[in-house]
This record gives sequence, C-alpha cells and structure tokens, in this order.
Amino acid sequence: MNEDDKPGRPGHMQTEVTQRKPRGRLGRDVQNKIGQQLRAMYDGVVNDGVPDRFAEMLRKLDDQGKDDKEKGSAA
Amino acid sequence: MTLTPSLKEAMLAAVPSLRAFAISLSGNIDRADDLVQETLLRAIANIDSFQPGTNMSAWMFTILRNLFRSEYRKRRREVEDTDGSYAESLKSHPEQGSRLEFQEFRAALAKLPPDQREALILVGASGFSYEEAANICGCAVGTIKSRVNRARTRLADLLAIESSEDFGPDQSTRAIMAAGGRG
Repeated sequence: MNEDDKPGRPGHMQTEVTQRKPRGRLGRDVQNKIGQQLRAMYDGVVNDGVPDRFAEMLRKLDDQGKDDKEKGSAA
Repeated sequence: MTLTPSLKEAMLAAVPSLRAFAISLSGNIDRADDLVQETLLRAIANIDSFQPGTNMSAWMFTILRNLFRSEYRKRRREVEDTDGSYAESLKSHPEQGSRLEFQEFRAALAKLPPDQREALILVGASGFSYEEAANICGCAVGTIKSRVNRARTRLADLLAIESSEDFGPDQSTRAIMAAGGRG
C-alpha cells in the first residue's frame, strides 16, 4: 500500500477498528476502470446516433427557410 | 451570423453527445430528449451569438447545461431519480462488463452531487479539456479539476463499498476488485 498505511506507534497495532481507505488518492487502475465504465455508458447513447425527431426538426426548418425565400423572390 | 447548412450540420453532429450528456445529467431519457430539443431551438434562435470558428459542440453543451440548471432549480422539490431506475431504460454495452456492474456504476453515478457529475462526464466521457469544461460550467479550471477528483474518489468509494457488501472481502481483496481484478 502506501505511506499513509504504515503501522503506527507500537502498542497501537492490532486494533479492532477497520482501516479506512486513504482519501483523495486513487490508483491508476481504479481511475482507468471508472473512465472505462463512464465512456461505455456514454458511448452507448452516442452510438444511437441522431434520433429522427431532431433530424426532422432541422429539415422542417430548412423547408420553411426555402419557402420564405421563394415567397420573397416571387413578390 | 445566419443559419447556414454547414452550421445546421454541425448542430446535428453534436446531437448524439448532447443526448448522452443530457441523460447523464437528468437521469431520464425523455427529459434528456426534451432538453436536447430545447437546446437546438435555443441554438437556432441565438445563432447570432455563436462565434464562427469556435466549437459548436461546446457552445451547445453550454446551452444545454444552463437549461438543465434552470430547470433543476425549478424542480428542486421534486424527488430526484437517484436510485438509478432510469438505468433500466439504457442499453448495456459490450465493453461494460457484466450487466450488474453496469447497473452498479450508474447507480453510483446518480448519487454524485450534480456539480461533480457534470464535471466528470464532460472531462471523462465527452472528451472536453479542463479549460473547455470550465467554460461550459462557467467556473475556474481549478474548480473543475477538484470536482472531477472528488467525483472519482466518491465513485471509487461507492463501488468498492457495494462490492464489499456483496462479497464481504477483506481490505486487500477489495482493493484488487476495485482495480478491476475481474479481468
């Protein structure tokens, strides 16, 4: 383990208290594991691509724009 | 700045990761899609304030994040979906390992404070730099860094604790498991 877990002064060893993990320091492998899980979750959604409703929304906007332009030039 | 076809394309290209971000924030697919739709509408309406040549995706993330924040403030009294039930609506992913592991992870993520969760997602999953994430959240780079660190530490704690409840391992076994000893 690391420096923080060195046994304390003699006479204080073998206590019943469970040692807690030192706070604020994570091993690289723990961080990698978290990163991997996080990206897997995130990429699962990203891989769904663009749902139809959003593509449709922008397409409608496109048509609207064209219509306006056509009307404008016809007038 | 008018809404050119290439800008529209850039907006659409940002949609998949906006959805992933929105789901991570709101914990609910329907709310996430509503947020994305609202974000698109705002982006289109405010295209004048988009700086050409800057990152369209980051700009839209900022809009979505602010929308979520104002909505979150309004809904504060409502019960939040912190038990990870939204997770049921998400698909598992091959790289994710076991189904159980996937669920544990999402439940743990849902327990993080929103500040920490968004920072971790932006940096750890969306692939933004600390600087970009700081811009999106409107805070200092150091704040983002410390939020990401706290989020990771808390997640590691939560996941290790859940493993120990399941299997009752001693400290060293727990460390191996937290390190991904399942291979």
